[in-house]
Amino acid sequence: MSQEAFIYDAIRTPRGRGKASGTLHEIKPVDLVAGLLHELQRRHGFDSAQVDDVILGCVTPVADQGANIAKTAALYAGWDNVVAGQQINRFCASGLEAVNHAAMRVRSGWEDLVVAGGVESMSRVPMGSDGGAMMLDPGVSARLHFVPQGIGADLIATLEGFSREDVDNFAVRSHRNAATAAANGWFKKSLIPVHDLNCLPVLDRDELIRPDTSLEGLGSLAPSFVQMGDFGFDAVAMMRYPTVERISHVHTAGNSSGIVDGAAAVLVGSKEKGDALGLKPRARVVAAAVTGSEPTIMLTGPAPASRKALAKAGMSVNDIDLFEVNEAFASVVLKFQREMGVDPDKVNVNGGSIAMGHPLGATGAMLLGTVLDELERRDKNTALITLCVGGGMGIATIIERV
Amino acid sequence: MAFNYEKDAHNIVTITMDMPNRSANVLNEEFAQSLKETLTRVQQETDLAGVIITSAKKTFVAGADLEGMLTVRDAGAMFNEIQTMKRFFRGMEKSGKPFVAAINGAAMGGGFEVALACHYRVLMNSRDAQVGLPEVTLGLIPGGGGITRMVRMLGLETALPLLMEGKRLAPAEALKLGVVNELAENREELIEKAKAWILANPNPSQPWDAKGYRIPGGDPKTPKVAQMLAVAPAMLLKKTNGNFPAPQAILSAAVEGALVDFDTADRIESRYLASVATGNVAKNMISAFWFQLNKINAGGSRPEGFDRHTTKKVGVLGAGMMGSGIAYACATSGIPVVLKDTTLERAEKGKAYTAKVLGPRVEKGRMKPEQLEQTLALIHPTTEADDLKGCDLIIEAVFEDRDIKKQATQEAEARLEPTAVFASNTSTLPITGLASVSERPANFIGLHFFSPVDKMQLVEIIIGKETSKETLAKAFDFVRQIKKTPIVVNDSRGFYTSRVFATYTNEGMLLLAEGQHPRAIESAGVKAGMPVGPLAVSDEVSLSLMQHVRRQTEKDLMAEGKEIPHNPANTVIDAMLEKSRPGRAGGGGFYEYPKDAKKHLWPGLAELFPQTGQQLDQDAMIERLLFIQAIETARCIEENVVLSIADANIGSIFGWGFAAHKGGTAQFINDYGVRNFVDRAKVLATTYGERFAPPALLIRMAEAGETFPMS
Repeated sequence: MSQEAFIYDAIRTPRGRGKASGTLHEIKPVDLVAGLLHELQRRHGFDSAQVDDVILGCVTPVADQGANIAKTAALYAGWDNVVAGQQINRFCASGLEAVNHAAMRVRSGWEDLVVAGGVESMSRVPMGSDGGAMMLDPGVSARLHFVPQGIGADLIATLEGFSREDVDNFAVRSHRNAATAAANGWFKKSLIPVHDLNCLPVLDRDELIRPDTSLEGLGSLAPSFVQMGDFGFDAVAMMRYPTVERISHVHTAGNSSGIVDGAAAVLVGSKEKGDALGLKPRARVVAAAVTGSEPTIMLTGPAPASRKALAKAGMSVNDIDLFEVNEAFASVVLKFQREMGVDPDKVNVNGGSIAMGHPLGATGAMLLGTVLDELERRDKNTALITLCVGGGMGIATIIERV
Repeated sequence: MAFNYEKDAHNIVTITMDMPNRSANVLNEEFAQSLKETLTRVQQETDLAGVIITSAKKTFVAGADLEGMLTVRDAGAMFNEIQTMKRFFRGMEKSGKPFVAAINGAAMGGGFEVALACHYRVLMNSRDAQVGLPEVTLGLIPGGGGITRMVRMLGLETALPLLMEGKRLAPAEALKLGVVNELAENREELIEKAKAWILANPNPSQPWDAKGYRIPGGDPKTPKVAQMLAVAPAMLLKKTNGNFPAPQAILSAAVEGALVDFDTADRIESRYLASVATGNVAKNMISAFWFQLNKINAGGSRPEGFDRHTTKKVGVLGAGMMGSGIAYACATSGIPVVLKDTTLERAEKGKAYTAKVLGPRVEKGRMKPEQLEQTLALIHPTTEADDLKGCDLIIEAVFEDRDIKKQATQEAEARLEPTAVFASNTSTLPITGLASVSERPANFIGLHFFSPVDKMQLVEIIIGKETSKETLAKAFDFVRQIKKTPIVVNDSRGFYTSRVFATYTNEGMLLLAEGQHPRAIESAGVKAGMPVGPLAVSDEVSLSLMQHVRRQTEKDLMAEGKEIPHNPANTVIDAMLEKSRPGRAGGGGFYEYPKDAKKHLWPGLAELFPQTGQQLDQDAMIERLLFIQAIETARCIEENVVLSIADANIGSIFGWGFAAHKGGTAQFINDYGVRNFVDRAKVLATTYGERFAPPALLIRMAEAGETFPMS
């Protein structure tokens, strides 16, 4: 009988606009992480030497984020030398994958206390800075029928028949839900303001949320992927999807996830370790799964990954109280809801990446923290977190309050 | 209004900074207010051609107002203040209208940062008109855009050394580097050139605001720059042992700033400034190297009521290392010196020392051969006491032996005018005792030079019981005449500097006797901020000299019927001498000195002082090494040996290299907090011995909530 992997805490930084004008642009990713490590210690008072490992997702692990930012940050934060550190990359799933990794290690009994999370300063280390064969090696790209994610998202909308209005409506909902949650202070518990080296406040709220987002406003935005499609990516995608006559380019900057800077940290550990350190568990990781899906459309992984996790857990969709489906693009969530038969009112109830942004390597861990807070606020029990993943993958994690 | 505003026929506005009731313009609230008002007026001009910024003072702008820096603790307020100033700077350079700095004199620190925010800089080509960002020398950083602009102007590789060393640039150098654009020979030309540039460049922008701008040499991701940056922190740590936050902050602000846009870089720089300016090290350094050093050099410890005295001819008795160094110091300041020793060969060798020191300067072209000749001609080597006639100051630097000194004193005095001053360069023998053999004890004083004299800036002036105020004034003026820094102390065994310095070497030897690893002791000394470890410096002083001084002291005390203090470090010295390890000059001491390799610790130490199982950590050793010096300093203050806090601090830093980041031995106690210091000293006294017991003075200060003055 394996042991439980408890979630003792889940915190995050606010998300800053991922541009030079963004408030977190001046903050180095290592500082974003160190701030969270300090906060975990401040809240729970554990000796850092009790932590086996720090696992951080990071999708563009070069420059500021290169050379194993997890170990770098642990040392920089003054954590004990015995704490190991590892940076992982499963694209957009990285933050949640880090939590799953931690949970697996704890359940196996081989580790007792792990900090899992992620970091991405997209303003400082732009997407694609790390190159990669999937996109940039012509032989590889051609064999894989690689197309940019936005084309995949538009293809989903085309195949599912989601109109521009459908996806824009979803975006409005994301902003509205996020604005309500922020205004009511529902994020406060886990949102750790970022400070500078003088402890002066830099940012204490998600910078991207626009409470006044309207359908008209969104409707005026130009679709983002028309030109890319025209270059040939539409044709490449349609080679894989021969019944599609024309890809409907419905996604814009307004109904896709925002580019932001941010980090998240989740404290995962065994019962014994928690007891020894006087920690109070908030939830347990019930099951976790990753899967691969068709790589050209790329973004249809959430449903199969969720089914896999539910099967492992012996649960059905109806057993889940709340869902967090990463809002990489509006169509991804809409398709998930339809395919899984999920009540939209249970999905992303406090908004998502469209409203608040998607700091690639950190998002998965952020979603887990957000939904755990919401389960507690509503006094509900179970949640499923899922993300679509580059290269045609999906990830899902089921948690249950204890 | 601190700035004058004038508009000419070409619609060029000249802003002349002229802050009232000050000899120089400084950056403070008044400056910011004036700048704001002036720039607002400039904005309202409808037909503006451009703006010239210049100064009515001898200098352009002297820099930031350091008085405020001594007290600032609120990082938030500091950050906002500097950001406000920067908005004005940024407004100037993004206004679209030409701004030219007509730099009429020295522009240092914040002053140069004002100029850097202009599109063009014309500098007066005069020796005084240096420019630079020397903030780091006071524990601060160029936080008024200086780092951000210098990096963007010169590239990281060129800018970093200038910023991290606080280099001051002469006009020609500044022009060559490109930090100023043109030189002018006089004030008229300065303004003419500024106006000409304005008329020729009606819509300038800074290079970094132009599209496609790249940092010269590349940003930190460029392989060549990255390579340099990978080594830079190690090079810095090697130099600072992590004790100086300012150069580290400069390096970080420069590199982090080079990765982001200008305004973000500017803001990052402000954050680092707020951090270092509100920290203790900046306050310690501003206190010591600005306020206290200026006070000393301005005559803070000189008695009033005596006219400034110029020494016309100096007689130096003894042409050994100290004597020849003193002769050098006099001759290079243009004072004729009679250098007397027992043989002409020795006296000549003493004179040759000056040629040896100045030789490389001539070779490098920094000194003309005829200047060297003139300097050497001022030194007259001799064996004849009669040659001392006409000297108004004698400095005795013979062997530390009362009889030899007595003979030297009487021989010289017989040939001197009654007004002449007789000074002994003794470092250990009480002055009052030496003066007792003098016919004119009122004219007798101690002038304690440090070795090597040509490099060491400090002179410790020792007042004997009978020394007159006039003699002290003359001695003080002489020390200033040879461009050194005088501290004034009362007569006491070891005076001030030797006495406190000895606690450092003693504590190191005690640690060794306790069985601490010798390398760990040395490492702690260096990390504490001392130039070398206590064992290494003991080797330099020589253990046999230490024993000699001790025996002399014991003899004296016995003669006075006083108790001989027991110092456990003596057993270490005796044990070493027993093994024929007298120090560096004697062929080896705590260290071995192989001919063709670096010195290394003597392996015999392991046997002589076996290591204990309880090894102290570095912090504990550092604490002991610093505390013991601070406590002894407090005793010297309490006993009136050292007469001013400024003298105590500067004496400790310049005399024996006490940790500069602590601002001196007395400031170390302020830095630690007087009450905390007293509490900690009590604990150390219980653990390690009574020598750590806090003096009554400190206990009283702690109770009264007092601190030592910082200016």
